[in-house]
Amino acid sequence: MSWPPRSSDPRLTVAQGEPIGASQLEERLDEALDPVLSSRRTAQPLALKLAALLDRELQDFTLHWVAVIARTSGEMAYQFAALAPEALRKLDPATAEAWIIHAMDTFDREGLYRGSSELKNLDAFIAASNSHTQAVAFEDACNVLGLFICGLAGRRLKLEAGAEAYTDTETIHLPARIAVRESPAQNFLVYKAMATHLWAQTRYGTFNCNPAEALASYPDPHKALALYHYLETTRIDAIIARNLPGLAREIAALRDAAQPPPACRRVLDPDATATDSLALVGTLYDKFAPPRLNYMGALHPELVQAVRSSRIAREKRELQSELARMLAEKSGASQPQSAAGQRFSVNQNDQADFGGDFELRLDGEAVSPPEHVNDLLQSIAQDLGEIPDDYLVPAGGGYRENRAPDNKADDVWQGTYHEEGAVLYNEWDYKRRHYRKNWCVLRELDVHPGNPDFIDATLLKYAPQVTLLRRTFELLRGEDKLLKKQVNGDDIDLDAVISAYADMRSGMELSERLLVKRHKAERDIAVMFMVDMSGSTKGWINDAEREALVMLCEALDVLGDRYAIYGFSGITRKRCEIYRVKRFDERYDDGVRRRIAGILPQDYTRMGVAIRHLTALLNAVDARTRLLITLSDGKPDDYSDNYRGEYGIEDTRQALNEAHRSSVHPFCITIDREAREYLPRMYGEVNYTVIDDVARLPLKVADIYRRLTT
Amino acid sequence: MTKSTASRVSTLHERALQPEARLIEQEPYYEPLGPEIALFDAAYASLIPVLLKGPTGCGKTRFMEYMAWRLKRPLITVSCHDDLTASDLVGRYLITNNETVWVDGPLAHAVRCGGICYLDEIVEARKDTTVVIHPLADDRRILPMEKHGELLHAPKEFLLAMSYNPGYQSVLKELKQSTRQRFIAIEFNYPHAALEKKIIVTETALNTDATDKLIRLAEMTRNLKGNGLDEGASTRLLVHAGKLIAKGIAPRTACNGAIAEALTDDPEMLRAINELAASLF
Repeated sequence: MSWPPRSSDPRLTVAQGEPIGASQLEERLDEALDPVLSSRRTAQPLALKLAALLDRELQDFTLHWVAVIARTSGEMAYQFAALAPEALRKLDPATAEAWIIHAMDTFDREGLYRGSSELKNLDAFIAASNSHTQAVAFEDACNVLGLFICGLAGRRLKLEAGAEAYTDTETIHLPARIAVRESPAQNFLVYKAMATHLWAQTRYGTFNCNPAEALASYPDPHKALALYHYLETTRIDAIIARNLPGLAREIAALRDAAQPPPACRRVLDPDATATDSLALVGTLYDKFAPPRLNYMGALHPELVQAVRSSRIAREKRELQSELARMLAEKSGASQPQSAAGQRFSVNQNDQADFGGDFELRLDGEAVSPPEHVNDLLQSIAQDLGEIPDDYLVPAGGGYRENRAPDNKADDVWQGTYHEEGAVLYNEWDYKRRHYRKNWCVLRELDVHPGNPDFIDATLLKYAPQVTLLRRTFELLRGEDKLLKKQVNGDDIDLDAVISAYADMRSGMELSERLLVKRHKAERDIAVMFMVDMSGSTKGWINDAEREALVMLCEALDVLGDRYAIYGFSGITRKRCEIYRVKRFDERYDDGVRRRIAGILPQDYTRMGVAIRHLTALLNAVDARTRLLITLSDGKPDDYSDNYRGEYGIEDTRQALNEAHRSSVHPFCITIDREAREYLPRMYGEVNYTVIDDVARLPLKVADIYRRLTT
Repeated sequence: MTKSTASRVSTLHERALQPEARLIEQEPYYEPLGPEIALFDAAYASLIPVLLKGPTGCGKTRFMEYMAWRLKRPLITVSCHDDLTASDLVGRYLITNNETVWVDGPLAHAVRCGGICYLDEIVEARKDTTVVIHPLADDRRILPMEKHGELLHAPKEFLLAMSYNPGYQSVLKELKQSTRQRFIAIEFNYPHAALEKKIIVTETALNTDATDKLIRLAEMTRNLKGNGLDEGASTRLLVHAGKLIAKGIAPRTACNGAIAEALTDDPEMLRAINELAASLF
């Protein structure tokens, strides 16, 4: 495999194919690395080493990537330049690129320290990449594993990538990649075994006997914990063998025939619990060094303890208030809640082991609990082994507790940053030619309702046009058509019969087309309007946008197409915002009108992430034709991090390509007169329209929509 | 109408209706899930139409067959689709030999012969279709046939039943209140494990061990409902898988074909279900 041709810098005075000299290299590096160089830290040593490579292809490759990385981080680029000469001798082109992308991904995710250590960790990367084709990455496995764990029942668990495999009983952390076995299938199996074990730890009570406290009394708690972990793994393996025999056979292959020693027999019994493992730790503490199995992760009882105790308290409250609510519903809230005696009781069905239901009884009469109550009961039973009686006392006013998370989405705008409740999206970096993973943090917000007078004023201003618009769109509406002379149909076409009769009399052939058929031309269209709410729309553009939306809604309401309106804006990748104006399932009512009036200019235009999010929403709608129409006033743009310019255009283009692949038709209506320079690249030659005169926007949009959909 | 025309009309009737209209002679296998038989009996005696609600493959159609057998009435099933028009149900004129002749649709036929008309998946039918059944479904119990100029009065043996699946209907295919409020609704769900086991063993003659595993697999897929699956594996799918296994197909292959592939096309979901099946078998 040869090094990919990198366009050589035209300013170089060296002929193609000839190695570049140190001084010219230094010049180039100086330029790229300028922000991180100083009088004590110059590009000279880097240039000397790079010149010593004596291979023009490698030099071009290095210069190219130094420039690319410098766009993200000067320091990373410097590190790379320092390491590249040596590294490139060892690596083939594909691996070198993978090495760089891997380090940059780490940088994106975890910052400079981890990123540069990934760069320096070349040998480890080579070792891993030798098994590269055999390795399984978390991203490839996590969806399947997530569904797998979900299918196994029990408390819903999240899956996340981390440095090691462990669980805090609500999230399963798995390593980012696994390459311990020879084939991808085997490595996936290791993932599966790990995930199943972590699931089983929460399912079968590994943490229910408070191991952190119990093991702390040993001289070396770490050793005791390792032993406990091994015993629990053995116990869970036995449980899996009983309940999931197929999986157990596969896991047995991973154990490499290492059977548990006879002293551990107790934990293999069907009635063994975590307490037995804990007891065995005492017996075996000095006598037995537990082996490590490759699907064993880590135990972090102290992390679990915190999560578990807060969950137990929370779920008790939730269950009690749910029961109170059920009670209130049943008795019509007329009876006092403090009715005598124990009103609720619970029986666990035999099948509860595998997601079976709980039988909830109210005054001895079976009631079927709603699904989330069932989940709560499951979760409580998992933690405590049963549903304690005091949990079944309704309390809490009978209303569902407002489960507002401690982190509110609004906090982000008040200084405390977090990513809870947000959706993460990849972003395309055209320089790297790779996605930046989970790069954009997007939140859906509600538009603050505005003054409804605006709507009335608009309708008044455009009254004649609105009437015309409604009439035009009424004509578009799928009306029943009577198709005559059909082979099949609902009714007889008497005209056809009579003429056929005459034909037949005169000796001609009898036509088969004697029926009429009602044909309903159905418009099966769902359309998403994506409205630019960037700061640059401030003033009359914003007014025109809102007016256009009012006119559109009037027209679409007549037409009956399903439509949604969302605004987008944001500032930096960490604060991308989508504003709900009208959801697909909402009617065009007063609330929607007020929200249209409330559309206000916000910050910047990071388009890629908005397109990705709205495409996902659009794809959830069942329709034959799905349209994504953008109303915009300019190029994609964002504060800092290089989104402005080519990067933003390429990311938007990539997002539109993704949308197109998922059978969404993107279209853009813009008022930017320079749009003809970049829109064809993003939307294609025919999928956009430029409106020169902002004032005409309200009148044109509905018209364009009509043209698009007929 | 001449005699020869009359015979042709009856041939038409046979062609149009015979395959669907039938008296069920043999007792269909049915395991009651709850009081549905008593409910249905009472509704039938009180001349109230019945609406069967429930996910696919949980035994709604089988229940109808069983009840038709029990009540000794012919069962006329109409599988509704989005092109089903009112005339498809009521009837239409056809032309034979220079004459137009009226041919009853299945609904009219059921009214005439005092049978049970079962409209399967009623929400799939066009909205105007459902309105046709309104006068039949309240205490008037009449079927106006405007085109034919006839008003059919339903005999007391006639019963209208229909089914729908509240689980996967889209907002566009909701049952109108004016329609649904004419019916007694009986809700169906998947049978609990012990009963489901009995059903599978009876239908497939599979051994207990494999049946247990199939039921567990069904439970697992039902856990996935709402997390990428629209529906969990129905009892019908389990019966299919059981039959394949009983025929000697390897269990993992049978589960892939009868359950995983039948439930989803999504490659990751397919893989997850297959992994779940593989962890059991």
